[in-house]
Amino acid sequence: MTTTPRTTGATRRLPVTDLSLVVLIGATGSGKSTFARAHFKPTEVISSDFCRGLVADDENDQSASKDAFDVLHHIAGKRLAAGRLTVVDATNVQSESRKQLVRLAREHDVLPIAIVLDVPEEVCLARNAQRPDRAGMPRHVVRRHRSELHRSLRGLEREGFRKVHVLRGEEEVAAAEIVLERRYNDLRHLSGPFDIVGDIHGCSSELDTLLGKLGYVDGAHPEGRTAVFVGDLVDRGPDSPGVLRRVMSMVAAGNALCVPGNHENKLGRYLEGRKVQHTHGLAETVEQLEREDAEHPEFRKEVAEFIDGLVSHYVLDGGKLVVCHAGLPEKYHGRTSGRVRSHALYGDTTGETDEFGLPVRYPWAEEYRGRAAVVYGHTPTPTASWLNNTLCLDTGAVFGGRMTALRWPEREIVDVPAERVWYEPVKPLTTEAPGGREGRPLDLADVQGRRTVETRHMGRVAVREENAAAALEVMSRFAVDPRLLAYLPPTMAPTATSREKGYLEHPAEAFAQYRADGVTRVVCEEKHMGSRAVALVCRDADAARARFGTGGAPHAAGGAGGPTGALYTRTGRPFLDDAALTETVLDRLRTAVTAAGLWEEWDTDWVLLDAELMPWSLKAGGLLRSQYAAVGAASGAVLPVAGEALAAAAARGVDVGALAARQRERVVDAAAFTDAYRRYCWDTEELDGVRIAPFQILAVQGRSLAAVPHDEQLAWLDRLVEHDPTGLLQVTRRLVVDTGDEASVRSGTDWWLEMTGRGGEGMVVKPLGALVRDAGGRLVQPGIKVRGREYLRIIYGPEYTRPENLERLRSRFLGHKRSLALREYALGLEALDRLADGEPLWRVHEAVFAVLALESEPVDPRL
Amino acid sequence: MFLTISTTGSPERPATDLGFLLHKHPGKAQAFSTSHGTAHVFYPEASEERCTAALLLEVDPVALVRRGKGKGRGGAPDAALAQYVNDRPYAASSLLSVAMAAVFKSALNGVCRALPDRVQESLPLRVEVPALPARGGVELARGLFGPLGWARVDAVAVPLDERFPQWGDSRYVRLVLEGEMRLVDALRQLYVLLPVLDDAKHYWVAPDEVDKLLRAGEGWLAGHPEQKLITSRYLSRRWGLTRQAMERLELVRLAESDDLEVESLDNAVDETTDTEERPVPLAERRREAILTALRSAGAARVLDLGCGQGQLVQALLKDARFTEIVGVDVSMRALTVAARRLKLDRMGERQAGRVTLRQGSLSYTDRQLKGYDAAVLSEVIEHLDLERLPALEYAVFGAARPRTVLVTTPNVEYNVRWETLPAGHVRHGDHRFEWTRAEFGAWARQVAGRHGYEVDFLPVGPDDPEVGPPTQMAVFTTAAADTEKTHGKTHGRTDRESGEKTKEAKAA
Repeated sequence: MTTTPRTTGATRRLPVTDLSLVVLIGATGSGKSTFARAHFKPTEVISSDFCRGLVADDENDQSASKDAFDVLHHIAGKRLAAGRLTVVDATNVQSESRKQLVRLAREHDVLPIAIVLDVPEEVCLARNAQRPDRAGMPRHVVRRHRSELHRSLRGLEREGFRKVHVLRGEEEVAAAEIVLERRYNDLRHLSGPFDIVGDIHGCSSELDTLLGKLGYVDGAHPEGRTAVFVGDLVDRGPDSPGVLRRVMSMVAAGNALCVPGNHENKLGRYLEGRKVQHTHGLAETVEQLEREDAEHPEFRKEVAEFIDGLVSHYVLDGGKLVVCHAGLPEKYHGRTSGRVRSHALYGDTTGETDEFGLPVRYPWAEEYRGRAAVVYGHTPTPTASWLNNTLCLDTGAVFGGRMTALRWPEREIVDVPAERVWYEPVKPLTTEAPGGREGRPLDLADVQGRRTVETRHMGRVAVREENAAAALEVMSRFAVDPRLLAYLPPTMAPTATSREKGYLEHPAEAFAQYRADGVTRVVCEEKHMGSRAVALVCRDADAARARFGTGGAPHAAGGAGGPTGALYTRTGRPFLDDAALTETVLDRLRTAVTAAGLWEEWDTDWVLLDAELMPWSLKAGGLLRSQYAAVGAASGAVLPVAGEALAAAAARGVDVGALAARQRERVVDAAAFTDAYRRYCWDTEELDGVRIAPFQILAVQGRSLAAVPHDEQLAWLDRLVEHDPTGLLQVTRRLVVDTGDEASVRSGTDWWLEMTGRGGEGMVVKPLGALVRDAGGRLVQPGIKVRGREYLRIIYGPEYTRPENLERLRSRFLGHKRSLALREYALGLEALDRLADGEPLWRVHEAVFAVLALESEPVDPRL
Repeated sequence: MFLTISTTGSPERPATDLGFLLHKHPGKAQAFSTSHGTAHVFYPEASEERCTAALLLEVDPVALVRRGKGKGRGGAPDAALAQYVNDRPYAASSLLSVAMAAVFKSALNGVCRALPDRVQESLPLRVEVPALPARGGVELARGLFGPLGWARVDAVAVPLDERFPQWGDSRYVRLVLEGEMRLVDALRQLYVLLPVLDDAKHYWVAPDEVDKLLRAGEGWLAGHPEQKLITSRYLSRRWGLTRQAMERLELVRLAESDDLEVESLDNAVDETTDTEERPVPLAERRREAILTALRSAGAARVLDLGCGQGQLVQALLKDARFTEIVGVDVSMRALTVAARRLKLDRMGERQAGRVTLRQGSLSYTDRQLKGYDAAVLSEVIEHLDLERLPALEYAVFGAARPRTVLVTTPNVEYNVRWETLPAGHVRHGDHRFEWTRAEFGAWARQVAGRHGYEVDFLPVGPDDPEVGPPTQMAVFTTAAADTEKTHGKTHGRTDRESGEKTKEAKAA
């Protein structure tokens, strides 16, 4: 607690913690609002007068005070929860009103700070007199305020204010200057790189080995890295003083940071002379310290000071990293209160004790959804593994496990084995600890309602509530296991509408669009008319289990070993109903990857790829029959009969000429329509007749490949097809076009004309560089489809090519579709990046789910 | 879309009188503009012996889709109309019916100034509709026209695609009617029965539609054996309107993006295929069994997980001991139906305060489900793929942890007792699996073991000595020691918090 010394004269510097609740205290007319305006941002200040106005249309209506303060507390609470400095501009001369504010600050784990404006009665009266709405304020009100204030002054610190600044008289008020101070735990400006070291417990030899392995020489890193110790340096192990000496000297030299563990806390209290139980390994430390006393009598004092100076947790690297001893929920990050410290040191417990008499720890990490990575120790686990962006580094070195460190931002784990069991654990290191659990669950809060997903390529992408609701239904009822659903493909926009006679879509516009976007080299890829299929192929069931955590279900697909991957549609449904057949497809893909030597080349145990699976009739059979074939059947049944009738009428000399001509055209159109859909239908038996054309390798272990240029991609894919002896895989024909070169563009157009003339579906034009931005830094469309003239009959109806129909169909609006395609693309990339970074399941799922939700946005389905 | 009406005649009663009766000259081809395109009337043959009138409606498919633009997805009442790929230009549907009403207005009203007597006389008529969409197929076409006095009702199914014979028949029928019939009756029958067979109307129906039906059905509808079906289908618009209002366009779009028929996604609400309801009101027995189990567990705050259309919620509301009832379902359509069934918007505040309906999914843990006395999963688990069952297990038994959990599911052994159920079939199209008693028992015991519950099994419905009951129910109860623990768990934190508040309040 600090009370600024009363000085007179020059500027008075009033330190204010940058996240705190500042409570102004002063009689009416003492100049609080003026003071607040001068020193704080207008949005930081909430005044009771303003709130009175809000609820009662009158800033001076005292009868509205209760409601007004409810509003004030509510707003202040919201601001504090969001981590924003907040200033309360009210008289606050009564202890009851201040108490509520102190409580509010505590609820949000921020410091309450009091600034008292103590100005003479006459000044207050004069000020009020100048304000028409307060001109009638009687003298006794001011007098009462001032007397209440004076009675309060001495007790402010006792009330809980951590800083109290009292400004006496107008001069002091005028001379005051607010100085914002960073919180002790706020080291966001430090970006490391860091090496975060887990629980040590007096294992000084292992610590030396680990620091050596991390590259430290004599407590300093030649590349200027900073070590961060998560606490529990002492107790149980053979040489706690040695560890303390090492860590203290590194911290003193600025080469390390250290947060306290519960064991330091207890040792500190012991060193202060408090009575503590010498259990849980403290006895060993006490004994070791006693041995030090002879040679280094000062050591105890140094240790006590060191421990006393430790800050409960640190927020580092721009807020991306939080280090503390026992883990910390997001709402406590960067906060200052007793319970934050207690949580940081001891963690949360359920209040129960387990069969070993140890407190049962509350699984806070399972619920953690924060953006900052939380790295901590405290709970011995067999291996360090990420759970919901949290990592426990206590791998039980003192119990004969390992001592573990994390390289940040590399997220690389470095560990060394214990030299021996230094201390017998009370209970075995179980897999019950966070991260060791099976089935890390997804939570409804990850996906439900209106949400925004932060993407690295396009910023925030919003998902509306009704779209999330639809996605929830499809995801829950029809999709494959979310653990295997690491990606959903984005929708693709068609090319701008063509004015070319007889065409609705034509390559010219696609090339022109990319030219305008500054993309010179594009690749045209044949568009296969099948159904989108995403395949996750793992080396074997074990690899799937290890990376994706599958195989837990006793009756799961793919037999006893569990699935070796997944094959799903663009809404995440299993592509094939038959799990065994799916495994056969995966096996053929796997064989091709193996034969092509790509496991080794990619250094991976799994690969995620995007493909088209043919024939279309395999998956869309129901739709084909109910809609497409039905139209063919109806037209086939009626048109000939109508034609004969017209011919007969004409033969009688009735003038049916124009109608008969139109009917003849209809016959041609209907036949063309039937031909169009028939091209995409053929019979299959098991996998006979099934073909898969892969067109992008999306991700492998540790890497998203979505940004790999398409020529490299196609080279991989060609190798895959080449190494598939079964004929399942099919090559995608392609042509590279230079959008700035007329001849090249012409050859692209000719290629398309030739392909679609033979009944091909069309092509997709993509920037050769895959992930490309325009001059303004915006993502360009990752692909534009140019669909063939005949194929479009399936979309726009048999007679769409008739000039009067085409003309009307040309007024179609692509804006929403393009925007949707980009947003879904960004979300897809995000899912792949999160997958590659080994982020927790919910983070990957969040992005995948958002793609599905966006797919239910209203957009012209024919685009 | 096209139909012909033919008659035969003699020099005394020339067939060309048909032209008078229809008010359309056999020597001309005439065109009439109707709301959905141009209707043409012409005569392929017109002699004293034979005369055929043809009605051809040229539908504008683009206008059909664009008409409703601005009102959601096409805004059209008939989902099929929103597609450019549409059978309406070819098939004889309600559009043709409307065209008939416009073009043959007088004939439909039985008015003929030129030959007033002939109107009342039967003619030898032949009607041909080459592509008539018939939901119910050839049988229904025969069933509808058969009782109307035609000498010959010839209905032949049109194959979907001769290239793919395995696809079977389309929903179109080539219909030929022959017999002695008054023209006015034939036209009125067609006017009503074309849309009835199609079972999809293209226009928003006005309140006068009942009158139209009564007028057009005069003389033949009252005694028709299929009167009920005809009436309900013809007036389907009321249903249609309800369905439209509930249409989940988001799901429609997801189906479209995955080349699916929307029915394959939006199928959470469908009682029609539930074979269970018929022989015994099994659903009723199930609810009784659940209520009994909940009462004996002393549950007051109850979750109905997978509440569907809210039947159980409704039953729970009738017993005041259930103070808080939460119905959760993943289907928004189901929740809409449930809210309507419960009349939530008209319920008194106190009653309404006991019940909450909301969307949720047991594939995810859900904090809002914690701390309840009991959860019911009635006929829910079998709608989940087996590999996703562990997620549900964790969400319910691991995370939500109500004291009591009731799970009911079909007993597949009993399926042999359903007469209507073909062998090897599941009871509902969306059942991903159905378990024997042994399979369910094994699963339930494993779940109980993993999560610290005890489990008992109860039969629901007649307990067949051989194959057991139609429905099996497992009653999970937290093991005694664990009950304390969970209580501590759920209340421990709030206790601490409120303790803190009390302290601060005292300090204040």
